Amino acid sequence: MNGLSYQAQKRIILLCFMSIPLALLALFTFYPAVKLVWMSFTDWDGLEANPTWIGFANFVEVFTNRDLFGVFLNQIPYAVVGIVQNAIAIVFAVILNSKLRGRNGFRVLMFLPFIMNAVAVAFMFQYVFDTTNGSLNILLGAIGLDSLSKTSWLGNTSLVNFSLASISMWRFLGYNMVIYLGALQSIPADMYEAAEIDGAGRWQKLIRLTLPNMTKIIQLNMFLTLSGALAVFDLPFVLTKGGPAGSSETFLFKTINTAFQFNNFGLASAMSVVLLLIVVVVLGLQNLVIGRGGRDA
Amino acid sequence: MSKSVRRDPVQWLKYVVLLFASFIVLFPPYVVVVNAFKQGNEGNDPFALPHSFLNFDNFRVVIERTHLWHSFGNTVYIIALSLIGNVVLGTMMAYCLGRLEFKGKKLVLGAFLFATIVPTITTQVVVFSVIKWMGLYNSLYAPVILFIGADVIQIYIYLQFIRNIPYELDESAMMDGASLFRIYRSVIFPLLGPATATLIILKTINIYNELYIPFLYMPKTSLAVVSTSIMRFASNNQAEWGYICAIILLIMIPTVVLYLFLQRYIFSGVTNGAVKG
Repeated sequence: MNGLSYQAQKRIILLCFMSIPLALLALFTFYPAVKLVWMSFTDWDGLEANPTWIGFANFVEVFTNRDLFGVFLNQIPYAVVGIVQNAIAIVFAVILNSKLRGRNGFRVLMFLPFIMNAVAVAFMFQYVFDTTNGSLNILLGAIGLDSLSKTSWLGNTSLVNFSLASISMWRFLGYNMVIYLGALQSIPADMYEAAEIDGAGRWQKLIRLTLPNMTKIIQLNMFLTLSGALAVFDLPFVLTKGGPAGSSETFLFKTINTAFQFNNFGLASAMSVVLLLIVVVVLGLQNLVIGRGGRDA
Repeated sequence: MSKSVRRDPVQWLKYVVLLFASFIVLFPPYVVVVNAFKQGNEGNDPFALPHSFLNFDNFRVVIERTHLWHSFGNTVYIIALSLIGNVVLGTMMAYCLGRLEFKGKKLVLGAFLFATIVPTITTQVVVFSVIKWMGLYNSLYAPVILFIGADVIQIYIYLQFIRNIPYELDESAMMDGASLFRIYRSVIFPLLGPATATLIILKTINIYNELYIPFLYMPKTSLAVVSTSIMRFASNNQAEWGYICAIILLIMIPTVVLYLFLQRYIFSGVTNGAVKG
């Protein structure tokens, strides 16, 4: 290749280096996205080569059938618990950012759940939440809360989503905390020194200095929490199969079942498109809010 | 300033809060560890210690019934091939986008950005037919190609990194008459090493955790990975907690060990990835 001019080399390199990644991108992202939209207007069963065009019927079904769009209600607990999770993560980040013995040990410990295998964690909590043998109920009984110790954490329709959401809180709180800790550590130390010279107390430094400097990362995490709550799938899929009585089904769970259990790929495509659009709207809002926040600051 | 730290009540409160959090983090794994060593006749108290921590019967049964070593083998194979693909294609793409000028560069960047917005699992309805058409259904290469092609975060990690490598290095190599390919191979690729290390760790954890892609594309029992094998075992052996705890423990240990040794890289990877957004 040494004999060629750099201009010629560049052309060869561009062609060789980019063709495979771009082909994969086309095959696994763009083609599916386009076909998804196309199929959402048909009665595709996943096999047939030429499905019938049925217009907006699938979308009408998505929005009018309470069993489909209504399951988003089951995902509200995930958003609520997610917000609490972020708040607690900030508290711990602030604590671990202060002078403290053993803080690195605590950081390592609190991040530990995040790197554990997700499926193993799910089954670990199946044991925690088990009604008769579960460690949570036995612990509650041991500390004298007998009335609570018979709770069916995964079998009660109004509790199940909070129980599942708390599993993901257990897993991700340390992850959020590490992100917040990173943001805290990037606040220059001389700002704190200046504040101390001006006589600011611990509380004032937190409210006036620390939190304003974290707005952007907090917003980012909130949006990640929200889009995460929209796309919940793994935990109900592994632990409850959507039960009891469909109370822990999520929209994505329904979509996957509609396609791969009931072979109604047309309707499932429409559901995917709806979910995709909601996620894109959330991301758009995120850019709008964070972009503006950045300019104001 | 520091003279008051010892008697400061806020400092005490911090420790109380941290110890409470540590309890919550450690409570579920403690129960798993203790019960993984217990036989069925050791009583119903999930907190009690087992008669012996040298009783490996549960582990033996579980490994035999699930062919767990085989699943570990499949998982490692998938991880290794995916990582090779990710590193090679990711560095090549970053070299083109970070170092060479060409028409349509913005378009290519935008295309990759779009790919990060689309949640992978929403398009599985169609991707499934693509995989079938490629003849990769029920093959270890289905997840490999999806982990290489559908998750493009490596491009961003590398792009962020390549901008910090001074362009003078490329120029002086050109002065010595090195070809562009040689510059990529002998200058850029080695200097991207730290980014590669971060990528390898984070991707290993992600792929090890992945459940749905292996579940959907490799239903054949002999192709089980660790995530799918624990799922199959737990649903066939409901409430056999001794066994279930044993398999949970076996599956958790590898990433926990990896984490304890490589925590520095993991933390820096997580923090950098987040700040970039």
